[in-house]
Amino acid sequence: MYDFDVEKPTSIADAVKALGREEAQPLSGGQTLIPTLKARLAMPSVLVSLKGIAEMRGVCLDDDGRVCIGGGTVHATVAKEVATHYPALAGLAARIGDPAVRNRGTIGGSVANNDPSACYPSAVLASGATVVTNAREIAADDFFQGMFATALDEGEIVTEVKFPVPEKAHYEKFIQPASRFPLVAVFVAKFADGVRVAVTGASEDGVFRWTEAETALSANFSAEAVSGLSVDGSSMISDLHGSGDYRAHLVGVMTKRAVAALA
Amino acid sequence: MTQVKMTVNGKSASGDVEGRTLLASFLRDNLKLTGTHIGCDTSQCGACVVHVNGEAVKSCTMLAVEADGAEVMTIESVANADGSLNVIQQAFQDHHGLQCGFCTPGMVMSASALLKENPKPTEAEVRHYLDGNICRCTGYHNIVKAILAASGQDVSALAAE
Repeated sequence: MYDFDVEKPTSIADAVKALGREEAQPLSGGQTLIPTLKARLAMPSVLVSLKGIAEMRGVCLDDDGRVCIGGGTVHATVAKEVATHYPALAGLAARIGDPAVRNRGTIGGSVANNDPSACYPSAVLASGATVVTNAREIAADDFFQGMFATALDEGEIVTEVKFPVPEKAHYEKFIQPASRFPLVAVFVAKFADGVRVAVTGASEDGVFRWTEAETALSANFSAEAVSGLSVDGSSMISDLHGSGDYRAHLVGVMTKRAVAALA
Repeated sequence: MTQVKMTVNGKSASGDVEGRTLLASFLRDNLKLTGTHIGCDTSQCGACVVHVNGEAVKSCTMLAVEADGAEVMTIESVANADGSLNVIQQAFQDHHGLQCGFCTPGMVMSASALLKENPKPTEAEVRHYLDGNICRCTGYHNIVKAILAASGQDVSALAAE
């Protein structure tokens, strides 16, 4: 790693101020960023640790019944504290990485990084969640803008994510066994007014909604409803772990499995 | 350089570190607690697992300055006060849960975190919990067996593989 200064603000306001320093970058759980720094793929001069900001941690329910999770909340906490109100989300959090990673990694960090194979973005998108930052609220549909790209401005941090709770939901993940990231994973959320399907791990453009499947499932919520549908393998990630066509095939299989788990 | 102070294995410890100094490096290089191993250095292998404020973390993927003020427990804290092996360590020895021993500190620290939150895990739960600890010698079977035995469960029915 190149060397850097570390700032440890204890409030969102102080964090935003510290991020105004030249070449500053936020550090949340560090489970992606620290390995990235070790590989010298980034060279910030200041890391602003968000770990000491108490107002960014914790889980609560708001007046609209949404599950609100502070951006600095670690996966292990989400796995435990959301289990009653939104079990599919808790189940997703419980299977990110491994126990030690779940004790450090945060939802805000995962969402802000928007790794094309991360778990959380699929839940945020399928739930139609709202990403709250220090400056504004952003709808999930506007937030994710391609591989590692989001609507966040320079120095803007994810302080909270608000999840509307679906009638039922399921996250089906096909694990890439070396990294534990999804090779392909699908989050299906069934709301009173329709079904949302979000896919991670598959596309060159990062997490995306499979709208064709959403339409079919909104009309008929059964695995058969998506049997004839397919996504285009040419826009899927192709690497040594699986070809684009293989990932495209998995999108269909994971969607069917998720729906079958809820039927 | 920044001064950090933390409690390591019940004793107060301090030192000057750079921003980029990893907790694992601070433990090994500054405090000479070399039981914490650095294997992959990419947070995959789990040889560096320690407990920070009671929770298992990979000390190669946490900055030393982030542990300022924390309670850190390493493998050096695990043995009984008289120097004899604790129940998990003894079970690893009894059930041949190690060969070269490189991964063992991380395995034991992960196992103790598991048994703290789930005192009687099933075999499947043990295997799932060890997702982040890699062993290249034993094929895991005897590690899982040792952890089940350490939890007080009868492992005689598990085949000795």
